[in-house]
Amino acid sequence: MSPAPVRMFLKTRLGTWTGFGAAAIVLFGLAPLLLSGFRLGLLAQFICYAIVAVGIGLAWGRGGMLTLGQGVFFGMGAYLMAMHLKMADAEFRNGPGAVPDFMELAGIRELPAYWAPFSSPAFTIAMILLLPTAFAVLLGLAVFKRRVKGAYFAILSQALAGAFAILLIGQQSLGGFNGLSRFQYFFGFTLADPVNQQMLYFIAAGVLLAVVAIALQLRRSRYGELLVAVRDAEERVRFLGYDAANVKVVAYAVAALFASVAGAVFVPVVGIISPASIGIVPSIMFILGVAIGGRASLVGPVVGALAVAWAQTALSEQFPSAWTYAQGLLFIAIIALLPGGIASVFKRFPTKRTPVEAAA
Amino acid sequence: MDLLVGQLFTGLSTGSILLLAALGLSLTYGQMGVINMAHGEFIMAGCYTAYVVQQAVGDAGASLLIALPVGFLVGGAMGLVLETLLIRRLYHRPLDTLLVTFGVGLILQQVARDVFGAPAVNVAVPEALRGGVDLLGVTVPKTRLFIMALAVVSVAAVTLVLRFTPAGRRIRAVVGNRDLAETAGISSRRVDAGTFFIGSGLAGVAGVALTLIGSTSPTTGQSYLVDAFLVVVAGGMGRIKGAVVAAVALGALQAVFETYSTASLAKVGVFLVIVVFLQLRPQGLFTLRTRSLA
Amino acid sequence: MNTALSCKHIEVDFDGFKAVSGVDLELARGEVHFLIGPNGAGKTTLVDAITGLAKYSGSVVKDGEELRGKKVHHIARRGIGRTFQTAQVFDNLTVAQNLDIAAGAGRSPWTLLRRRRHLPQNVVDTMARIGLADHADTPAGVLAHGQKQWLEIGMLLVGDADVLLLDEPIAGMGHDERETTGRLLHDIAADRAVAVVEHDMDFMRAFASRVTVLHAGAVLASGSVDEVSNDPRVQEVYLGTAKEAADAATA
Repeated sequence: MSPAPVRMFLKTRLGTWTGFGAAAIVLFGLAPLLLSGFRLGLLAQFICYAIVAVGIGLAWGRGGMLTLGQGVFFGMGAYLMAMHLKMADAEFRNGPGAVPDFMELAGIRELPAYWAPFSSPAFTIAMILLLPTAFAVLLGLAVFKRRVKGAYFAILSQALAGAFAILLIGQQSLGGFNGLSRFQYFFGFTLADPVNQQMLYFIAAGVLLAVVAIALQLRRSRYGELLVAVRDAEERVRFLGYDAANVKVVAYAVAALFASVAGAVFVPVVGIISPASIGIVPSIMFILGVAIGGRASLVGPVVGALAVAWAQTALSEQFPSAWTYAQGLLFIAIIALLPGGIASVFKRFPTKRTPVEAAA
Repeated sequence: MDLLVGQLFTGLSTGSILLLAALGLSLTYGQMGVINMAHGEFIMAGCYTAYVVQQAVGDAGASLLIALPVGFLVGGAMGLVLETLLIRRLYHRPLDTLLVTFGVGLILQQVARDVFGAPAVNVAVPEALRGGVDLLGVTVPKTRLFIMALAVVSVAAVTLVLRFTPAGRRIRAVVGNRDLAETAGISSRRVDAGTFFIGSGLAGVAGVALTLIGSTSPTTGQSYLVDAFLVVVAGGMGRIKGAVVAAVALGALQAVFETYSTASLAKVGVFLVIVVFLQLRPQGLFTLRTRSLA
Repeated sequence: MNTALSCKHIEVDFDGFKAVSGVDLELARGEVHFLIGPNGAGKTTLVDAITGLAKYSGSVVKDGEELRGKKVHHIARRGIGRTFQTAQVFDNLTVAQNLDIAAGAGRSPWTLLRRRRHLPQNVVDTMARIGLADHADTPAGVLAHGQKQWLEIGMLLVGDADVLLLDEPIAGMGHDERETTGRLLHDIAADRAVAVVEHDMDFMRAFASRVTVLHAGAVLASGSVDEVSNDPRVQEVYLGTAKEAADAATA
């Protein structure tokens, strides 16, 4: 079967619904049926990476912004959620205003003022949605308005991830180097219960579908065309009367929002967040799956991120050395030889030479 | 007064380390518009070169003198191979080059881990460089002075080569206008390769020098890389003069921040200053204004 | 004369090198105004200045409003459109998408975030006008060179620009395409001011309503085609360069 008719079908309205329906059946029907509780938990974790990947696909693949610092936004969402969970655990044990266990161990007797509001679930969720997005908008405005782009932007975003991780390591009231872990409850549900773990998986899967739907709408809208135009010829767009910086800020902020939500789901699923999983190296590793799956495609980053996460789990413990070589070689081989990723293999009629990255 | 001199010195010292790490990067970026993420691993290769040479030679002083040129050759050779095999083929794809060279860096780190082991190794400091010197009432470690001197020598050497040698003229011609230089009979391929050799060689030299003030592990280079990049960004990519000023300024800034807060807040402070600075000078400190869309 | 754009004493300084020094220029609606001059005369830099890309001193006034210091996209919104020496279209988007983007600088965020149900009428009309009606769904990247130039002009038309600054719009075109382009320029100049930066003297003689000659960053002469070609200073500049070219060829 040639893939072209399938692609044409998926572009229609019926095709879109069919695609989402099939994905829903796999995620909500088949996966819980076929996978053990442990493996389902792993899949939930991988799905969190895939959610980040959808955002990177939008910012980098469609918008040409190579963001090497998504760990910052992932970390923000994760830490915000973790703070609420620690607060809730402490209050459950010792009543309102109680100090989380790790603070007691670190000798912090008084609850820091900035922790207090996070006992409210509503406040926490609002912060998870707003704080990283607002930060991305501010940073994006500062950077893109001044036409800092290409490699400059990539390096700045990377430096940001480095600074953020270092900042967190220095904060004893956020667990320092060890981060936050050992959560007992998730909005009142005990995390040890397999049923609740399955619920977390469903939440992750639902978020993934929602995120893909938002990305799809953005891609197919006029904004999506404009974003590609900005990627390919930013100056030209300015001369047509658009503020290209605003166009980029939107994609960057949406990517940040996705990463933050992914981080927030990641924390109850995995049970720990620490600076080690959001610094420079984890941030750039988010890119690998997107590159393999196909940066400019919608589903490619999801598939790529799931595949890389799976390979990491399967290989890194048994063959740590070989896995690192494989990661390095994948970066080299995919980016150099197949810049469109696996998704470009399925394209029957590729345009002459797809300039998948904006000239910097 | 002592505090001021002490801070000034710390700033200059940090700045000279940054400069050593960033000088080669600035050169290769200016030449080809390429961000080489494996530059940190070239620095790390310089560190291990110093380690291996010392194992072979024994005497710390002699091994340092041998390791400096050998480190240059090791770093340069690695750069040459990288340029020929990969970077040349990715011309006009700067962001892709960045990611590909990151992959190369990952592999080099793992090679170091497999060969030398993950734990850090140490290189003995020569007798002549141990202890400190009194300068304006402040005791200054001799190793730091040596690194500052080395940074000055490296910048001077690069400047002299660029200004006064035929090879340097060719490099400047290609930086100025690649197409025009080619029509004038300059092989930009050979110039690219040559620049990459020198730039990566400087990373090797930086690595050798850094063993004097710290231990060496497979991730050593990575820890210097981001700071080195920030120097290049703030200085205006590819401008040696900019790299010098930016390195010293960022070094001083970090020193000041660290005096009044913690080292971790200092990093964040430096980052914020750079973002604010880019509001004023988006293209860095020194750039040529010309008629171009880029 | 119906003046659309008035430039007074424009100076552009590139780190000490004056690329444009004291140029006055008036563009009138109904005219195809050619800017000619040897390489390095400052033609493109002048266009860069007017459109906000290059910093300058002096003044550019359109319909009573000073444009100096305004951002590129604000100047574009005020009806000043330009093309580039090498046609810049969005290669990965179709002809229709290119034009739709060019037509939409004033769209609300809400409109932008929705799918396009059908093409705006002015996009459809313009596609016919620039001869690309059959190529609505062709990616712009695979268009012929001349078609890309027309698409660029079309993008300015749908964007309602009434001052068009075209940088070498016939570069690389064959004879028939030049004729078509020349007629198109006069057609669109009926209610707009069109300025054309050009090297091709035959094209200039055939289609210029007015000519301004730039040399070394300053205006050497300005007037009708005949006035300018009979100006001794212009002849000197052009004969001089012609002589050098001939010398270089025989050397």
